[in-house]
Amino acid sequence: MSSKTTILQQIRDAKPAPRRLPNLPPDPSPDPAGWEEAFREVLAASKATFVAPQNLLDYVKGSGARTIVSTVAGIDGTLDLLAIDDPLQLAGVDLAVLPARLGVAENGAMWVSEAEAVHRVLPFITQHLLLVLERKDLVGTMHEAYRRIDIAATGFGVFIAGPSKTADIEQSLVIGAHGPRSLVVCLR
Amino acid sequence: MTHARRAAKFLLDEARTDWHDASLWHVRSKRDGSISGIPEWESLRQLGSDIKDNVLSNLDAYLEEFEERATANGVIVHWATDAEEHNRIVHGILQHHGVDRIVKSKSMLTEECGLNDYLETQGVEVVDTDLGERIIQLRSEPPSHIVMPAIHLKKEEIGALFHEKLGTEPGASDPQYLTEAARQHLREKFLAARAAITGVNFAIAETGGIVVCTNEGNADMGVHLAPVQIHCMGIEKIIPRAEHLGVFTRLLARSATGQPVTIYTSHHHRPKPGGEMHVVIVDNGRTTQLGREDFRNSLKCIRCGACMNTCPIYRRSGGHSYDYTIPGPIGSILSPGIDLKKHGDLAFASTLCGSCSDVCPVKIDIHEQLYKWRQIVSAEGHLGAAKRLPLLGAGTVLRHDTLYNFVGQAARTALRLAPRAAVYHRFNAWGESRELPEIPRESFKQWYARTQNPPA
Ligand code: SF4
Repeated sequence: MSSKTTILQQIRDAKPAPRRLPNLPPDPSPDPAGWEEAFREVLAASKATFVAPQNLLDYVKGSGARTIVSTVAGIDGTLDLLAIDDPLQLAGVDLAVLPARLGVAENGAMWVSEAEAVHRVLPFITQHLLLVLERKDLVGTMHEAYRRIDIAATGFGVFIAGPSKTADIEQSLVIGAHGPRSLVVCLR
Repeated sequence: MTHARRAAKFLLDEARTDWHDASLWHVRSKRDGSISGIPEWESLRQLGSDIKDNVLSNLDAYLEEFEERATANGVIVHWATDAEEHNRIVHGILQHHGVDRIVKSKSMLTEECGLNDYLETQGVEVVDTDLGERIIQLRSEPPSHIVMPAIHLKKEEIGALFHEKLGTEPGASDPQYLTEAARQHLREKFLAARAAITGVNFAIAETGGIVVCTNEGNADMGVHLAPVQIHCMGIEKIIPRAEHLGVFTRLLARSATGQPVTIYTSHHHRPKPGGEMHVVIVDNGRTTQLGREDFRNSLKCIRCGACMNTCPIYRRSGGHSYDYTIPGPIGSILSPGIDLKKHGDLAFASTLCGSCSDVCPVKIDIHEQLYKWRQIVSAEGHLGAAKRLPLLGAGTVLRHDTLYNFVGQAARTALRLAPRAAVYHRFNAWGESRELPEIPRESFKQWYARTQNPPA
């Protein structure tokens, strides 16, 4: 008997009587102003910073980053992502500017899929990350977020809620563990 | 050796015990702060618990659905009945690709299966990439906590370790500096690895994908750079639909560290272009636990660690005192089911205060299960004499009213007159660190009869 058959059979012999799936809470009523405030607050607590839309271009120019990649229209990178076939070639990226598809007010998480990042490793390997999010794409809770996105639409997608961090040494917060050392958000 | 003996060793360093206790309590307090922002927290826990109940009652169908969807997505799914088969499968994949060095992010399942040791004896270099895991790997130690593997170590010890292993400045112990050193060291490993292994937080039956939650971004650095990605999961990690992730992502990080969500919640559904994606589904005793009506709830665990952070015993005895992959209250209800003789005493590593059950995001009745394991341990004759004999005596006394009255009276007199040595001796472990309260002259019964009788 294959291991699969064995395991499934053992489950059938052992499992409890059927239990119904509960209903999930409905979407909260829209509160754009409140959501934006909560979104900014929670991201700031995670050490993310914000840049205003009118300052975006200047920010990227003045960032001091030598190697920049961008998939946001109107922001030019120094490296053409489509010309790269091995993700290892992204090891030198200083700043990645990517659109986020959706933002969640309650925890600051922003959805970035393979479609926006082109290379899956990009939002992680870059030294600094800038995400651009449209105000209209803010939702209240994670429940709503999962109703709005199709997680299987691309091969990979991630919610990002701050710069990479660790507290593994005596619970001291250190920003920049393996991924980006900073996260800047442009809400427009 | 028993948990009590190992805990006694931990307790020898009182200052360190206090520090450990305070560190964990700090995390527990952050959890409290974070959930206070969610007015519907209790109903969210109920949802988490109800979804998991449904999962357990329909586990076979969900796993089959998962395999079907994942396979259609181009993912290769494997099944392992036990740790050994799991290890062989993983090694087989690596061998097939001629891989001799891999990076691995946190996975309690691979700890449980002893994957690192197995692969190393097969000549494969395994590098744990979560900072805490890398620290304990360099020290050749097991993790002492499921979320914060190096919570038992002081920064000076980590500084000395990094000086020896990674060449950092002698005496340097600044967390920022040490983390930067680890970042540089591990970046090289990420760039060189040809295969990456991760654990799985959630697997979605409806979509055939898996979700991995981290703060550091180490799992993603590994998985997206290496051509071969392998995700190892216990059968209980399955959830029915994508929308259920809304419930569990809201519960997990808040319970674990007090964060509103982990920095990265990564959803993997298909291999990267030109790459390979494997999922290994492991039983290793879980179906046996599923068949134990009193204990199957333990399979609902989402490994947040909250029960450890809140446990007065865990906080003051350290994760290593449990001598099991998963320490703390949840480990103490999982491990007796694996080996009752070896781990049965863990059922007693608790005050039964119930704090673990109170904080558990999926409402596992942890303390009640601890109590039930105690009865099994005792019935199967695994109770030490120091616990068994007094309980036997107490049982007899409590069953007989006159005897109870007499023994009470005798004890009150005897304890007043007896020399200290009669109570505090080496056969009475209880007396080692406790003082008896002052002995009252009359029993509660006598006091009640005297004060409550209406005056004539
Ligand atoms: S038993 Fe509950 S509190 Fe403990 S780790 Fe599991 S989910 Fe968290």
